[in-house]
Amino acid sequence: MSEILEPREPRDVQHIVEWALGEGKRLRIEGRGSKRALHAASEPAQLVSLRRLAGVIEYQPEELVLTARAGTRIADIEALLAQRNQMLAFEPPDLGAILGGADNDGSLGGTIACNLAGPRRISAGAARDHFLGFQATNGRGERFKSGGKVVKNVTGYDLSKLLAGSRGTLAILDEVTIKVMPAPEATGTLLVPCAADAEAIALLCRAMGSAHDVSGAAYLPASVAARSLVDELRRPGSGMTALRVEGVTPSVQARLAALEQAFGGGRSKMLDTLESRRLWRELRDARPLWAGTPSAARELWRLSVPPAAGAEVVARLRAGTAAIEPIYDWSGGLIWLSMATDAGNGEAIRAAVSACGGHCTPIRASSERHTDTTGPIAKLSQRIRESFDPRGIFA
Amino acid sequence: MQMPPLDPAILERREEIVRALRAIVPGDGVIDDAESMRPYECDALSAYRQMPLVVVLPETVEQVSAILRYCQETGVKVVPRGAGTSLSGGSMPVGDAILLGLGKFNRILEVDYANRCARVQPGVTNLAISKAVEADGFYYAPDPSSQIACSIGGNVAENSGGVHCLKYGLTTNNLLGIEMVLMSGEVLRIGGKHLDTDDYDILGVMTGSEGLLGVVTEVTVRILRRPTTARAVLLGFPDEADAANCVAAVIGAGIIPAGMEMMDRDAIHCAEAFVKAGYPMDVDGLLIVELDGPQVEVDHLVDRVAAIAREHNASTVRTSSSEAERLLFWAGRKAAFPAVGQISPDYMCLDGSVPRRRLVEVLARMRELSKRHGLRVVNVFHAGDGNLHPLILFDANNPDELRRCEEFGADILRLCVEVGGVLTGEHGVGIEKRDLMGVQFEQIDLDQQMRVKCAFDPDHLLNPGKVFPRLRRCAELGRLTVLQGKIPFPDLPRF
Repeated sequence: MSEILEPREPRDVQHIVEWALGEGKRLRIEGRGSKRALHAASEPAQLVSLRRLAGVIEYQPEELVLTARAGTRIADIEALLAQRNQMLAFEPPDLGAILGGADNDGSLGGTIACNLAGPRRISAGAARDHFLGFQATNGRGERFKSGGKVVKNVTGYDLSKLLAGSRGTLAILDEVTIKVMPAPEATGTLLVPCAADAEAIALLCRAMGSAHDVSGAAYLPASVAARSLVDELRRPGSGMTALRVEGVTPSVQARLAALEQAFGGGRSKMLDTLESRRLWRELRDARPLWAGTPSAARELWRLSVPPAAGAEVVARLRAGTAAIEPIYDWSGGLIWLSMATDAGNGEAIRAAVSACGGHCTPIRASSERHTDTTGPIAKLSQRIRESFDPRGIFA
Repeated sequence: MQMPPLDPAILERREEIVRALRAIVPGDGVIDDAESMRPYECDALSAYRQMPLVVVLPETVEQVSAILRYCQETGVKVVPRGAGTSLSGGSMPVGDAILLGLGKFNRILEVDYANRCARVQPGVTNLAISKAVEADGFYYAPDPSSQIACSIGGNVAENSGGVHCLKYGLTTNNLLGIEMVLMSGEVLRIGGKHLDTDDYDILGVMTGSEGLLGVVTEVTVRILRRPTTARAVLLGFPDEADAANCVAAVIGAGIIPAGMEMMDRDAIHCAEAFVKAGYPMDVDGLLIVELDGPQVEVDHLVDRVAAIAREHNASTVRTSSSEAERLLFWAGRKAAFPAVGQISPDYMCLDGSVPRRRLVEVLARMRELSKRHGLRVVNVFHAGDGNLHPLILFDANNPDELRRCEEFGADILRLCVEVGGVLTGEHGVGIEKRDLMGVQFEQIDLDQQMRVKCAFDPDHLLNPGKVFPRLRRCAELGRLTVLQGKIPFPDLPRF
């Protein structure tokens, strides 16, 4: 079972599922394998890679819609969109390097199956919000479709939402239709030094509540900012809040000036389009947390909490564990955590998160994803899973 | 429109069911006399009506849970209802089902500006949320045209859109959490003030499930800071095709307007006669393009949109220079439905979506269909996202006209699917488009949807007769025949 199955056509996918059903085998589905470490199968399973089920099928820039095979590289799609000044607004992170895989090799299907989103999540949504429709094969070996190829559609249940974030446990996506958006003409970033996490998060929340259309709101404590690729963050030696604005050039300039006046306190700096892109790209991938640090000794977690509670969650964890390093994104609502490897991390993080509501995901950690199996939500989730995959063949 | 046959055993048990409901909901929360139930006999798809078995108006989630558990245990069907403004019959009563009204869940529970969200009960109107946060400069973005009356719980059930959803998304893109009750009576809290989930996205599949999966008892919505400036551009085109191409060109230029509405010649004339908005009368296509955001951005984009329109042979290009003028541009569009009501005893509002590049062709073919069915059609639509709202004019008192209207509507929706679009962009399937689901979906697609329904409501008691042309029993849907033996696939590459 060490070999990887690589279907080339949707009908190959169906054959594989029929084979697994007949033989009582379990299948582990991946796009191109860049995030394989995120979801280790708990039982032996036949690996199925969608890397050969790749290619853009249809791209209509004026319709804001693109249809591609699930194994298509995100990087290839982004390059195609860039030719028409468009983008994936949910800013999918590239987790390849963190997870020991290749850079820029993540697939469209894998990105959707993990419901990934970058800094623009707070203004533009996650993969789920741009996932319009699909064709997939369920655990019964039936190829079915859901959603459509237009941006506005409420016909039938929105099964796209269930497939997004399902990590290959409901059905094998083969064709995916996503909404694309115009890329901003200009990007600017206001950097405001801030020593304390709580003070920084309060600033980010106020900025997000302003009328200046902030599309990225992050905070890097001093030790993390020191590992940034951007001089203006690395040099000052202090923690730094970053506020991003995007759009037409005169608007970006005007909003940067307004943000500076409201939040700059006379100590702020601005980044131009090029430097802004560099910064938000490294924040997207949480690079300053792990770049240049030995990977084995440190775990990496991703927490989603109410934005205003972000600093409190980290403070709670710091009280119990030494040497925690966070990056706060989504105005405090997304916390990337780097911490010394410890078997107790999972429990401590779950306790801190559940105190304010939210969830956590081990990205690179000794503990596995924790799933509740007893509550009514867990039971409903199990029934949903069985509605797609009655024999539990998707590991 | 065929509804499921009434179950005589349930009708016979009516007294007992009413008594059981009164034990759960005291006082005037159970309505069983015909006169008081009359206001509930239909929703906004008023061509179809049926009296419910009994109306129950609970006030607490415990009551909702007890009602649903009782109904599950005793096999009674339930139709949930928000404000009853569905245009697809989503909350139309069924004679052997109780009508569960959420109107008494009308409180705003919490506004949290630091986390930019509001926690509200499902019976709160869409507009009331915006009103509650207006003084602090915030609003709730999705704005269905019924926003003054429609409830947020209904918005969740229908995944409601509105004029501004091109830029700000549908309901599903503006929700953070819900509390919901399953038919089993189990109460689930999904999401909260944080984003996304590490489990299956139950919030996502609940949104737009048309009341078939669970009853929503609390909603946490995202609120946004209101943009400082909004301006509208009124564009008239002698040739409809130029108007459609202008829409594509605006989006192709990287501009996502807050709203982009189109009206055809008949709609322009109807609306102008009704409200005197100052629309040009010598054009075949009218666009209203609204830009919002910081003033410098809006001013910049208004000029670019005007320039693009001139390149596309616009004969009228007017940009609003005051709030009063902006509202006047909108007045005609917003009054289009009542304006049509002035020239016809009844009209049916449809809701297909099409790829925008097929718009001109779709309009032309719609006019051919209009001739064939002998009924007039007037078109207003959300042009930015290709969401059509053809209004078919007819007289409901004339049974033949109602029949022809239904046939004409079905032909239009078939046309939408044929050109690559869908049956409904924002109004939902309900009973109205139920029997057309097979035009867009294969049986295998519908079976998967029904299996998801089984995961939530295994006895098919919630909102019967809606969305699916024929609801198959869960046991039948769950059957799986496995072909024994190895199926070879030697041509698959592996290493």
